[in-house]
Amino acid sequence: MFTRRDILKSTAATGAAALSSLATPALATGAKIKLGYISPQSGPLAAFSEADKFILDNVAMARPDFEVLVKDSQSNPNRAAEVAKELIVDDGVEMMLVASTPETTNPVATTCELEEIPCLSTVAPWQPWFIGQQGNPGDPNSWEPFNYAYHFFWGLEDIIAVFTNMWNQLETNKKVGALYPNDGDGNAWGDPVVGFPPALTAQGYSLIDPGRYQNLTDDFTAQIAAFKSDDIDIITGVPIPPDFTTFWTQMKQQGFTPKVASIGKAILFPVAVEALGKDGHNLSSEVWWSPSHPFSSSLDGRSSANLAEGFETATGRQWTQPIGFIHALFEVAANVMDRVDDTSNGDAVAEQIFETKLDTIVGRLEWGSNDLPPFAARNVAKTPLVGGQWRLKGESYDLVIVDNQTAPNIPTGGVMEEIM
Amino acid sequence: MIWLETLIQGILLGGLYALFAAGLSLVFGIMRLVNLAHGDLIVVGAYMILIIVSILGINPFVATFIAAPGMFALGWLLQRFVLNRTLGDDILPPLLVTFGLSIALQNALLEGFSADSQRINAGALETASIPVGSLSIGIMPLLTFATAILVIFGLNQIIFRTALGRAFRATSDDPITASLMGIRPSSVFAIVTGLAMLVAIIAALYLGMRASFDPSIGPVRLIYAFEAVIIGGLGSLWGTLLGGIIIGVAQTFGAAINPEWQILAGHLAFLAVLLLRPRGLLPRAVD
Repeated sequence: MFTRRDILKSTAATGAAALSSLATPALATGAKIKLGYISPQSGPLAAFSEADKFILDNVAMARPDFEVLVKDSQSNPNRAAEVAKELIVDDGVEMMLVASTPETTNPVATTCELEEIPCLSTVAPWQPWFIGQQGNPGDPNSWEPFNYAYHFFWGLEDIIAVFTNMWNQLETNKKVGALYPNDGDGNAWGDPVVGFPPALTAQGYSLIDPGRYQNLTDDFTAQIAAFKSDDIDIITGVPIPPDFTTFWTQMKQQGFTPKVASIGKAILFPVAVEALGKDGHNLSSEVWWSPSHPFSSSLDGRSSANLAEGFETATGRQWTQPIGFIHALFEVAANVMDRVDDTSNGDAVAEQIFETKLDTIVGRLEWGSNDLPPFAARNVAKTPLVGGQWRLKGESYDLVIVDNQTAPNIPTGGVMEEIM
Repeated sequence: MIWLETLIQGILLGGLYALFAAGLSLVFGIMRLVNLAHGDLIVVGAYMILIIVSILGINPFVATFIAAPGMFALGWLLQRFVLNRTLGDDILPPLLVTFGLSIALQNALLEGFSADSQRINAGALETASIPVGSLSIGIMPLLTFATAILVIFGLNQIIFRTALGRAFRATSDDPITASLMGIRPSSVFAIVTGLAMLVAIIAALYLGMRASFDPSIGPVRLIYAFEAVIIGGLGSLWGTLLGGIIIGVAQTFGAAINPEWQILAGHLAFLAVLLLRPRGLLPRAVD
């Protein structure tokens, strides 16, 4: 919930942000290293970018030799490609950074690959990032690695492992209801080859998948009826926040509650869980970064806890998971630029991204490792993924890590609990 | 049993669509003005209620009453100073202006409230339900449906039982003759849009309590609302309710076959009605 003060503060902050972005290009001097940064600052994906200003201020402090040119994708893939082109052709950036969802990262990475500008992206599972940019996504034999586009994040195999590890902590009837929308994420999760279905069957779970629904649906009677008649214990899916609220409320109205609900995307941000009132308690989700991750920044040395705290003090808002990853983007950029002699040589910069071996605030980043299929190994670095549950503490929710079998170095804060 | 549940949920969903559509139907029926910003104005209403609820800490239903005069004024001013200037023989200017207004409203809300999903908290009412046989029907969808009927009944009383309503109907039929009789179409139109905004804030209350909303959520809802207006027939508010129910039932039955069919089934029902009854099911006006 927000108050009058929050409104005043946020309006002041956006006003200041608008001013500072106006001021940045004016500071251009020849000696600075030019970086382009594209993220969805307005539109439906804007929540991913709420920490942008905070991170950019930190970067400006730590690296005065960087000039970061910031552009807004407006949550629109066409716009993302357009601003990427502007940054490359008009502004002459030496390296592109891009974050948040395949809708933003893919058009920018593709543009950079064509223009031969090194590009680093994050906050999109690697399959939609890598496969989504291929000429023929249906034919693995035709897939080719990129020369300039690099990526770090986790993949579908990690989230499948995290979810099933969490479910195995509890006694259930192993029947899983699927809530997959008809969009990039929903189709990837529900894919009969690379998605959840084969992995769940292998572990003895049965998946009840009523089919792909359209985003912004007002009624989930069909799904709820299917889940009820099969008496499922577990719900999983990757809906957008308003749809999950509609679904969860309608399901409660129709007198049904599963033991476990492991949901991607919809409950990523604490405000979305708060929108469910008391009914968000013990919803589970994947955790890519949290203040209790035992990592620290190579840029300014601060710990995860310290970064989250800094964000909360600066903005008065609760920390969110993208903060660490967007910070890490700039960590890698700084590290790479320190290792090349001529920062305007795109080939040298791209080669140094591949050579990166860096301990960042999201864990150790290393490209070319062998825990990935050979076709993606060159361009993708994986980060650890664990599982967490939202727990109601007074009026607000805390994300508690409840399963770390996939990354034992990240401490847990409790064990998996059933939804009551 | 599952079909009965699907039917009931579809009818109740139709109530929500009718509530979204009633304001649009009123404006369209009287002025032939297609307000493309109607969905965004509903979202503006939802934020108004949210602000009042969080500052005063009161029940959202009471907050709606407090916000209603402001919303009426917003509609009145919008029509008086912006939309009236666009009305004329050409149908394009009002479309362009309301389309631009829609984009401007979304971005203004994004600046002021950020992209966070918000929800109007209705406490235990959100998930409360009453058992009917082996079914369990949510109180919130029932309330939404009842409100839609009440709103349409109330609007019809105004249109057919009051002097103001006579002015509405006269201006709708023939603005030139109406102005010869001492009615100023521009001020009648301003009141109509004000009324439409009163309906919009009621729709906003149920939109905000039912699911979460964010600044970009308005336009999607507009499509169903617009279809409900067309199915029902120009100028008929009961027709709009019927249109909403037809779309709602088509969607839930489509989804029962396969969720991929949900949205498509609603659009197909709309096309079928257009093919069989091009003027809608209960048309009132002759044009």
